[in-house]
Amino acid sequence: MEGLDDIVEEFLVESHENLDQLDQDLVALEQDPRSRERLSSIFRTIHTIKGTSGFLAFNRLEEVAHVGENLLSRLRDGALELTPRRTDALLQMVDCVRALLAAIEASGGEGGVDVAPTVVVLSAALEEAPPVPVAAAPAAEVPAEVPAEVPAAAAKAPAKRAVRTAVSQAPAAKVPATKAAAKKAAVAAGTPVPVQLPAAEVPLEVPMEPTTTPPTTPSVAPAAAETAADRGADAEGKNQQPGRRAVADSTIRVDVDLLDALMLLVGELVLTRNQIVQYVGRQTDQDLVRASQRLNLIASELQEGVMKTRMQPIDHIWSKLPRVVRDLGLQCGKNVRLEMEGRETELDKTLLEAVKDPLTHLVRNSVDHGVEASPARVAAGKPAEGVLTLRARHESGQVVVEVADDGAGIDPAKVGAKAVEKGLITVDALSRMSPADILQMIFLPGFSTAAAVTNVSGRGVGMDVVKTNIESIGGTIEVESVPGRGTCTRLRIPLTLAIVPALTIECAGDRYAIPQISLQELVALDAEKAAAAVEEVGGASVYRLRGELLPLVRLADVLGLPSDRHDGHVVIAVLRSEGRRFGLVVDRVINTEEIVVKAVGGQMKAIGLYSGATVLGDGAVALILDVQALARRALRPETAERQESRMAVMATSTVAERQRMLLAAIGGGRRVAIPLDTVTRLEQVRSEKVERVGSREVVQYRGAILPIVRLDRHLGAFGGDEREVLEVIVYADHGRSVAIVVEEILDIVDGEANVHSDINDLGLLGSTVIGDRVTELLDVRAAILAADPAFYSPAPGTPAGLSPAFAFAGTVPLPGGLT
Amino acid sequence: MSIAAPTVPHTSQLATFWLDGDLYGVEVEHVQEVLRSQSITRVPLAPPAVAGLINLRGQVVTAIELRERLGRPARPEGTEAVVIVVRLHGEAVSLLVDSIADVVDVNVRDFEAPPDTLDGSARELIRGAYKLAGQLLLALDVNRAVGS
Repeated sequence: MEGLDDIVEEFLVESHENLDQLDQDLVALEQDPRSRERLSSIFRTIHTIKGTSGFLAFNRLEEVAHVGENLLSRLRDGALELTPRRTDALLQMVDCVRALLAAIEASGGEGGVDVAPTVVVLSAALEEAPPVPVAAAPAAEVPAEVPAEVPAAAAKAPAKRAVRTAVSQAPAAKVPATKAAAKKAAVAAGTPVPVQLPAAEVPLEVPMEPTTTPPTTPSVAPAAAETAADRGADAEGKNQQPGRRAVADSTIRVDVDLLDALMLLVGELVLTRNQIVQYVGRQTDQDLVRASQRLNLIASELQEGVMKTRMQPIDHIWSKLPRVVRDLGLQCGKNVRLEMEGRETELDKTLLEAVKDPLTHLVRNSVDHGVEASPARVAAGKPAEGVLTLRARHESGQVVVEVADDGAGIDPAKVGAKAVEKGLITVDALSRMSPADILQMIFLPGFSTAAAVTNVSGRGVGMDVVKTNIESIGGTIEVESVPGRGTCTRLRIPLTLAIVPALTIECAGDRYAIPQISLQELVALDAEKAAAAVEEVGGASVYRLRGELLPLVRLADVLGLPSDRHDGHVVIAVLRSEGRRFGLVVDRVINTEEIVVKAVGGQMKAIGLYSGATVLGDGAVALILDVQALARRALRPETAERQESRMAVMATSTVAERQRMLLAAIGGGRRVAIPLDTVTRLEQVRSEKVERVGSREVVQYRGAILPIVRLDRHLGAFGGDEREVLEVIVYADHGRSVAIVVEEILDIVDGEANVHSDINDLGLLGSTVIGDRVTELLDVRAAILAADPAFYSPAPGTPAGLSPAFAFAGTVPLPGGLT
Repeated sequence: MSIAAPTVPHTSQLATFWLDGDLYGVEVEHVQEVLRSQSITRVPLAPPAVAGLINLRGQVVTAIELRERLGRPARPEGTEAVVIVVRLHGEAVSLLVDSIADVVDVNVRDFEAPPDTLDGSARELIRGAYKLAGQLLLALDVNRAVGS
């Protein structure tokens, strides 16, 4: 049973259902032999079994079904009359098919079931000639001989043989077979026409002596068969591998609508549960509290159970992709291997359906645009065969699906140029975007990077549709890419649509829900900390989250309401949207709870801030914030702090009009301004962690070795005493990082970078006046080269011919930015 | 039957309510229920006529402030709105009014087009007036009233 193919399993389930129908149809047919409808139905069933068994290489099954089909087609066409003899033959065929299916289910193969007798009976039934005694037919071991023995005795031989084979080959077959037998017998009992237990079936009644059941006395047969079934079940309980039910018995087909209705009810139950638990929390009645705890538990389990009924492995949609990749590869003249990880990862059926098309599109895209043709791959030093990897996993209540290729990657420079060319963005805005953000522009409507429009993709519809589809089911999509190394598109999909874990927050006296899928962490700052840690930069606030600058968005401002938090405390929900992080400042965090998403009218949707509404535990309605829309609304490229590009600064730092500058003291009273855009993180490093490699200082940082440049020494300042903790500015690019040590981080300011004086010095671009003090402008490039002379030498695989601006563009996402 | 209004039945029933001193009516068959003292969740940035969302036995229903919709002054402080839940095209929407009145049988003979003195926004939402004894009953076009 283990390793039974999905197709075979499906075939079995379907066939078992069909066979039950067949029994009924055949019996009903006897009452009304002229019913075309029933004959056609039977014919179709057998035809299907024949076709599938041929396809699955179950030859004996095919043989039986084929002969049966012949008989049925003659009957259907009216060429033959349906006589009881022929009905018997057909019933025998059904039983034979059943036995074969049982054997297939048990062993994966047709086992020792002998189809020859049935074939003979069926063939005989086809003849116009006077009947051979039907009851004798099953005994025919050698089909060529006309059986002349007493039926009951004759049945013994094949029966015993079959028992042996069945038992030796497939112990698991016992129970299903006996059950089937019991059922069959019951059917027979309810029929006025005596139907003998055919040989194919008798052998499987293991504990019975088959011949002791007179085949022609149906009144005894059911009882006997039932006993057999009972004993069979006992036998199973003792010496079978436990717990494995037969396929047909262990599954049931349920209408998806019914499951949807159940899910809705469970959603309501969860809401009511929330209300009761909240209410009971204020009570002192112990019994009530206990009962509500129990209700709480049961509701959760029920919810989980109902959700499980709707879960299907992602393999259901993946299984079609190897073919897609193969065909497309051939079509594009590319050699692509598809690998799948986590194919058993389950998600809601509705979501699965919704993800199918976007996923297929992404896969096609990867093959068409991502993976290069073999010669190009070889030239780039990669294996000729491209690898497309699909990964799926559960991650904190979501399903993460990745489509990754090891192809050419996406060049942010080209994406940017294309976006400008298409008029999707201005050069100015582009220059302020980080490479990671530029990449996300492939999801803009009307964008397509394919150099040539192929009939596969490249018509500029696609990625935006993919994105819309994914977002419509509450998911998110982001892309990351390393030129020359490949591209990875990552989908985050909620486990289910109906019930969503969410964070409830308060803002201006109202409560709102934020889906957990977008939530990364919560930061609460008291007034004192907030005053220091939340910095204003040109009217926009940022918060240093573990050294990384997080743009802050005040929910009250977005909603146009006055915040009712006046004590200076700041509560930040760190959210992620489209690969970017931002902090949503709320008045307070209330709770995390499971919410049921309720549709809201078109008027609400049109506002573009709410994805729906929900009813909270106390019965109040709360709006669900649409984090994507919120990010889009609040984080325009002009206001997206950390996403400010570093490249523009690197290329044009001397002509930039206004820039954000990080002010640092380097000792000796000197202040240095460093363009904020070049800063990846701010860190503190204990001085004893500094190690030496040759003449250079390095520090181990996040599993890599980070070269250090001490700005005081680099710029010839008088460094103070060796400190215990070093203030470090981390700059990363092309997978390399350097650490710039300063004495103290002072401030972030809006600098007038063009007010230069000519007083230059080594390692400086010039000087300017910031806050009434002369401040030196650091030549970041020189400082970095001092730490790591090889820093800017192109990494292998970096495409040549990039514009200078993009040569500096980071192609590695900022640490933490895209995790 | 007159040619002008061949499809209008002679009599119909209107559920009536008061709003800023005027009596309005909506077809009884549209009215699902009438609720008092519902807590309303406001929706920031929504059109002004959207008063917010209410919880109707687990269903989230949009509440339209009819005073705003008809261009009337806001309801005085301290008075509570009554919620009329109407069902249109299978979807429930609610209207906030001042107070609920009777269900009235009206006859098409008493019907007249909206008086010319009605101003713009209200005029679009009012089909006309039934001249009752001592009182005009303004027939509200529910479909338009709940539209944006």
